[in-house]
Amino acid sequence: MSIELKGVTKKFGDTTAVNRVSFTVNEGELMALLGPSGGGKTTVLRMIAGLEVPTEGDIFIRGQRVNDVSVQKRNIGFVFQNYALFKNMNVFKNIAFGLKIKGWKRRDIEARVAELLEIMDLAGFEKRFPHQLSGGQRQRVAIARALAPKPTVLLLDEPFGAVDAKIRQELREQLVTLHSELNVTTIFVTHDQEEAMEVSNRIVIFSRGNLEQIGTPREVYEQPANEFVARFIGVMNVLDTEVRGGVARVNELQFPAAGQPDGTKLRIGFRPYAVQISPDLGLFPYRAVLRHTFFLGIMLRLELELPSGLILRSRMTKEEYAQLGLEDGREVSLRVRNYRVLASEDAPLPPEMESNAHRRPTIAEHI
Amino acid sequence: MAGAVTNRRSASHGKLPRGTEESAFAKWTLILLALAFCLVFLLLPLVNVFAQAFAKGWDIYWRALTHPDSWAAIRLTLIVAAICVPLNVLFGLAAAWAIAKFEFRGKALLITLIDLPFSVSPVVAGLMFIVLFGAQGFFGPWLTEHNLQIVFAVPGIVLATVFVTFPFVARELIPVMQATGSEQEQAALTLGANGWQTFWHVTLPSVKWGLIYGVILCNARAMGEYGAVRVVSANIVGETQTMPLRVESLNDQFQAPAAFAVASLLALLALGTLVLKTIMEWKQARDFAQAQSLQLSAVSGQPGRQD
Repeated sequence: MSIELKGVTKKFGDTTAVNRVSFTVNEGELMALLGPSGGGKTTVLRMIAGLEVPTEGDIFIRGQRVNDVSVQKRNIGFVFQNYALFKNMNVFKNIAFGLKIKGWKRRDIEARVAELLEIMDLAGFEKRFPHQLSGGQRQRVAIARALAPKPTVLLLDEPFGAVDAKIRQELREQLVTLHSELNVTTIFVTHDQEEAMEVSNRIVIFSRGNLEQIGTPREVYEQPANEFVARFIGVMNVLDTEVRGGVARVNELQFPAAGQPDGTKLRIGFRPYAVQISPDLGLFPYRAVLRHTFFLGIMLRLELELPSGLILRSRMTKEEYAQLGLEDGREVSLRVRNYRVLASEDAPLPPEMESNAHRRPTIAEHI
Repeated sequence: MAGAVTNRRSASHGKLPRGTEESAFAKWTLILLALAFCLVFLLLPLVNVFAQAFAKGWDIYWRALTHPDSWAAIRLTLIVAAICVPLNVLFGLAAAWAIAKFEFRGKALLITLIDLPFSVSPVVAGLMFIVLFGAQGFFGPWLTEHNLQIVFAVPGIVLATVFVTFPFVARELIPVMQATGSEQEQAALTLGANGWQTFWHVTLPSVKWGLIYGVILCNARAMGEYGAVRVVSANIVGETQTMPLRVESLNDQFQAPAAFAVASLLALLALGTLVLKTIMEWKQARDFAQAQSLQLSAVSGQPGRQD
């Protein structure tokens, strides 16, 4: 176990930025701290680094309590969001800085810097100054500088925030490769769920200072602990329904809810991919009009309007779209393949329901 | 990257004017106006000072400067500047650091206080020190008792000059430090540097140019201050007479060539600092250019990645 937080709280004046957060990061893990801005994730990262002091709770690095250990002595590597390269030093001196401070011999420094330049694909750039580098190069220098003194853990604050979309993708892949090569425990902060899912082994999700869930990308996607996580990890259709006669209803939509007394309010959620569409109006129980198609690369997002005005979101690949012969304004039939009843934010979510397992809702008028 | 920007700009300077560009008439009127102003009010008087100084030949010029009283004035001016400038650097760094990096109550008041010497007439500043340290002044009796002289002596001149030059370094540093922020320093801390190493290797170099400008302005003012020094120095020839005072008294005694000789030296001292700064800037530009070109040859030699 590389890093452990136990009941860590951080208050800035009256506001609680981080509220009794506990989790552990295993040796060699690549961990994402995910959440909307203001969620407290950067504060957690800075507390691990020692740039902020916890108001309550303990932080351990490799079993040693580090609350009172200064940032200089924690042996962490920190990559700042805007890289914070030393503007007056060239690439070589930037990377060598930590080694010089630690009193390494000149020959060792040169060897280590050369090694990092090679790993980070920066060979030939050592004489350049930060303002003469591109955004991606600057970040690679920042990572090399943080890695140079061989830190126990590498901490990155929004590492892909300051570059454009194309380089983002490249940097993500680079971080994964780097991590698998060096196997250094790595924690990074991001507000982008897709980024967290793609890059990390495990994700810690924060909202308003609270730890909402911790798990592998698959776990948080398939078994979200609460509605916040369910909504935050991927788009979700969320509907407030009321039970009448064992069926949860909202407008024309119906979901089986046997055993629930009449009048019970149920919040139901389903992923866009669970909304199945057909141009054959008789195939699925509900009718809708395809209002808009959003092109997101190979995936498309569809906005469907039911006769009552209810809007549902669906997702499909370009090929499926073409196969079905869909276009904006077209009338289609649809069904919700599976869904889950969303619990209140504290209680865990019940397992996902298969619409198929139940009797098809009896809505004869739509067929 | 810089190259691309330049290209784009020069391309847009063809026949077709950019939408935001002023008419050629407005452009040239403004340029000529600025040039004419500089010529009449800056360059012409400066040239005149040197012309007058050398009007009677090199010999007279040299003799005017080596006259014991002039020599004393030159020495005194250099001493005063040598004390004031370091004090100002220390104070300016401390004040700028406090204002740029910390949040505290009374920050606005501190900023106003730093500006105070700019808004007070130097003569008033001089009088303040007379009121404080003169024989009839607040600390006068105590000073007499301990046989210490401040006004009408070198300490008074130094005090008055420090007061007048107070804002220069701080004023130049505050915006630079605020713009730099504290991330670079935090980065140094995460890499194991202590406070002093961080200051020396990171903070100071990052505010270098602001500091140099501040020092140049401070130095020029410290050497050239007249009003405040005139009041506290009593203008004793050979003892408390600085170069500006010496210029004035020579001029009063109808020794124009000598007055201009000392004046030209004063101007030269100020110009010297400007030249030094320009050389430093030029050297840095050359270093950057060298780094860039080295890099380019390295890239053509091997397929390095360019994002």
